[in-house]
Amino acid sequence: MNALESRVIGRRMRRTEDPALLQGKGRFIDDIKIPGMLHAAFVRSPHAHALISSIDVGAALGKPGVAAVYVAADLLRVLKGLRLPLHFPAGVLPDNAMPLVLAPREVCYVGETVALIVASSRYLAEDAADEVFVDYEVLPAVVDPRAAMGADSPKASLDTESNLFKRFRVGYGDCDQAFATAPHVFRETLFQHRGAAHPMEGRGVIATVDPGADTMTVWSSTQMAHEVRANIAEMLGFEEERVRVIAPDVGGGFGAKFLVYPEEIAIAAAARLLGRPVKWIEDRREHFISAIHERDQYWELEVAVDGAGVLRGVRGLLTHDQGAFAPHSITVPYNSASSVLGPYIVPAFGIDVIVARTNKVPVIPVRGAGYPQGTFAMERLLDRVAAELGLDRAEVRSRNLIPAERMPYSVGLINRAGAPVVYDSGDYASCQRRCLEAAGYAEFPARQAAARREGRLIGIGIAHGVKCTGRGPFESGTVRVSTSGKVSVYTGALAMGQGLKTTLAQICAEQLGIDPADIDVTCGDTAYVSLGIGGYGSRQTMIAGSSVHLAAAAVRAKALKVAALMLAPETDFVLAGGKVEVAGRPEISLPFARIAVALHGAAGYNFPEGVEAGLEATFHFTVNDMAYANAFHVCEVEVDAETGHVQVIRYVALHDSGKLISPQIAEGQVHGSVVHGIGNALFEWMGYDDAGQPITTTYGDYLLPTATEVPNIEVLTHETLSPLNPLGMKGVGEVGVIPVAAAIASAVESALQPLAIRIREMPLTPVRLLELVLQAQSGSTSAKGGHA
Amino acid sequence: MAEPLMASIAVTVNGVEQVRDVEQRLTLADFLRHELNLTGTHLGCEHGVCGACTVLVDGISMRSCLMLAVQANRRSIETVEGLAGESGLNPLQLAFWERHGLQCGFCTPGILMSLTELLRDNPRPTEAEVRDVLSGHLCRCTGYQNIVAAALDAAAALDQGVAQ
Repeated sequence: MNALESRVIGRRMRRTEDPALLQGKGRFIDDIKIPGMLHAAFVRSPHAHALISSIDVGAALGKPGVAAVYVAADLLRVLKGLRLPLHFPAGVLPDNAMPLVLAPREVCYVGETVALIVASSRYLAEDAADEVFVDYEVLPAVVDPRAAMGADSPKASLDTESNLFKRFRVGYGDCDQAFATAPHVFRETLFQHRGAAHPMEGRGVIATVDPGADTMTVWSSTQMAHEVRANIAEMLGFEEERVRVIAPDVGGGFGAKFLVYPEEIAIAAAARLLGRPVKWIEDRREHFISAIHERDQYWELEVAVDGAGVLRGVRGLLTHDQGAFAPHSITVPYNSASSVLGPYIVPAFGIDVIVARTNKVPVIPVRGAGYPQGTFAMERLLDRVAAELGLDRAEVRSRNLIPAERMPYSVGLINRAGAPVVYDSGDYASCQRRCLEAAGYAEFPARQAAARREGRLIGIGIAHGVKCTGRGPFESGTVRVSTSGKVSVYTGALAMGQGLKTTLAQICAEQLGIDPADIDVTCGDTAYVSLGIGGYGSRQTMIAGSSVHLAAAAVRAKALKVAALMLAPETDFVLAGGKVEVAGRPEISLPFARIAVALHGAAGYNFPEGVEAGLEATFHFTVNDMAYANAFHVCEVEVDAETGHVQVIRYVALHDSGKLISPQIAEGQVHGSVVHGIGNALFEWMGYDDAGQPITTTYGDYLLPTATEVPNIEVLTHETLSPLNPLGMKGVGEVGVIPVAAAIASAVESALQPLAIRIREMPLTPVRLLELVLQAQSGSTSAKGGHA
Repeated sequence: MAEPLMASIAVTVNGVEQVRDVEQRLTLADFLRHELNLTGTHLGCEHGVCGACTVLVDGISMRSCLMLAVQANRRSIETVEGLAGESGLNPLQLAFWERHGLQCGFCTPGILMSLTELLRDNPRPTEAEVRDVLSGHLCRCTGYQNIVAAALDAAAALDQGVAQ
């Protein structure tokens, strides 16, 4: 009775977002113009570590078109302080882990904001920025996080006693016992680097004040509109309700926009001081030196196994380069350490983590959020075990996987909230088996032998990846039918390219029996939803989608109730084409518009009995537990031992993200995230010199993968429904990136197997691989990290 | 203070002649975006690598971030806003829509312009030729593969259109 008729969940469909974007009718931050708007440019520190002796703004103030030049003290006229509010529970890290809006005295990385120019055009603002003269007393810079821990190391900030942000241990079980009794123990030292997020659209902010109403409207290219609102309100002393933040079309995020940045507060402050709209659009060089990175980790690991390659324990030390501030606390190193476990049963586990303060751009999560590094660590260890014991790499993995029948599986860790880490569901063995078959793993030795006869070195690599997805605690979803019959969805989730509007429309349409293309979805505008969290952690389809699902179901129930009152009680109905119809008699129907009008009410007329006003509903689906998505990847590479060039020639990715709402969109997420992983494995390196100067600040120096470096990704899917939400969904967006660097390293080793080279680092650039090849050929062994 | 150096230019943009006085240092991208309000052309790097700002100048793909507006004087510019016809999206745009060839859509306009040039010059490109053209563009979202598929689909659709 009253069954769902439409079945649009799980359907491949064209995205509702696309027609506008394909015609250049998107509305990105720099496309927005406000009458009377001024333009800003920042003066940034050219030193990794220095004290500001003096700032002379006189010349800049005299430049044409300049409306104002602000240093830190000027902004304090409208700001409660210069330091951004903590984004995590107090006490985890000191308050000085947060960045400053403008540096008042000490600069701690190249690119840190020092002064702000506001002028009548961006050109004139940048001209004037060159005329701000800052005298610096240069201090020693802390660049290497390992050296930062030395007793004689200079301090990365004069504001702190130690370069240690935090030291902590992630683990369980008796490692000493496990290692003391294990038949085999192997040691590995790894260097892992992940570059930056690099959305193709940089950051940007526009702020405008209405002095009469004492309200402020801010547009920002952000992943977290509600958090931007909360921070601006707090720092500028507005009631939160008087600040509206709108995320327009966002040209990619990948973590770079999952932070309230100093620039967002500074631009809001400038607009407040001037009483005029102010816009700031980041250029790419600024993005390199002031939008977040993930960067460097140094791992010292040991693995204990029995003679069959079954894990007894994993332990080690992770030293993490956090940069000058830690605005998202210890998320990246914590995730890196905890994700070592992957899909495996590890009886004893312990990683000590050192989070070191250095004079570089702060680290917060980039797509994958530290998981690729933990995965690389474990998968490298398992390949080492296979090599040492003469076992097949896939077989070693099979012997250690958590069996599907043990789900939900408590891995043994206690998370930062004090709750046990529990994998909700997953079938890792099936995923591995299917993907190996699809990739022709068993037949690879024959292919490899044939290639070698042609003088080609090809290799095959494999890796698992498990990612916690659907970070709570909640996301908002409102479904509203207007009196015209138009269906709209509102959410605090934030669209930044993932097709969120289409996906949420599909979930809503499933309940209401309408075409998803007819549903308007509004994301990331604080004026429409009071509560919201935003886009990160592969969460939005799961969490906002669950809210929209529940809200749409409630609207459906309401529509049916009113139809029973207005058409006929005790009747079966169907929802189709924007109407409620009597089942089997479509000529008897009630359009949504009439139901909405009835629930809108009219003075002097009776309201439908027993029904709340408005054909609408709001839910805040709330969940603390994470849904664990997983992937198994197989890749083949060809290595040119003369040049060090690695070409990925085949890539097969099997993904289990639970119930897929929009399969074509999910596949697209896998394509993009695998290619992001290829970038991390082979190309992307955010380099600094010994003085803390960034040395890769253009796309000529920092290499993103292009279309000629990547193969087509063959995507297979497995659907293990998550028990944690009504539709059985798990996250998608980050999962693809998790196993990639590990799979490629495995494949490169396989290709170079005659040389017995071990890959212990990412990225693996041609120059570095050539070094390893030459060392192997000359008989010397190499265990050192590449960029170390 | 020196007055800004100005120049008068006449540029045909998507078939419409535009006569403007512009500052000599104004980039073509900023001219299109901020003087003509054609904001479909996007700036991703402003140093000529990412390709988001690609437009056609007398039919040839150019980085509008590396070209001055004055250099476009008496030339004909095509931008993403000129692609769709009276009847809606053109075959290349439709193929992108069908094949999920875009995600955030920020790099898309430049890619559409380069592929427009490719398909005019080489109506039946191979996958390798499409990838070669795309290697002048950075896209962080898609991994390129649905863009390649869309370009090949569009070529086939255009070819069929010519055959009919």
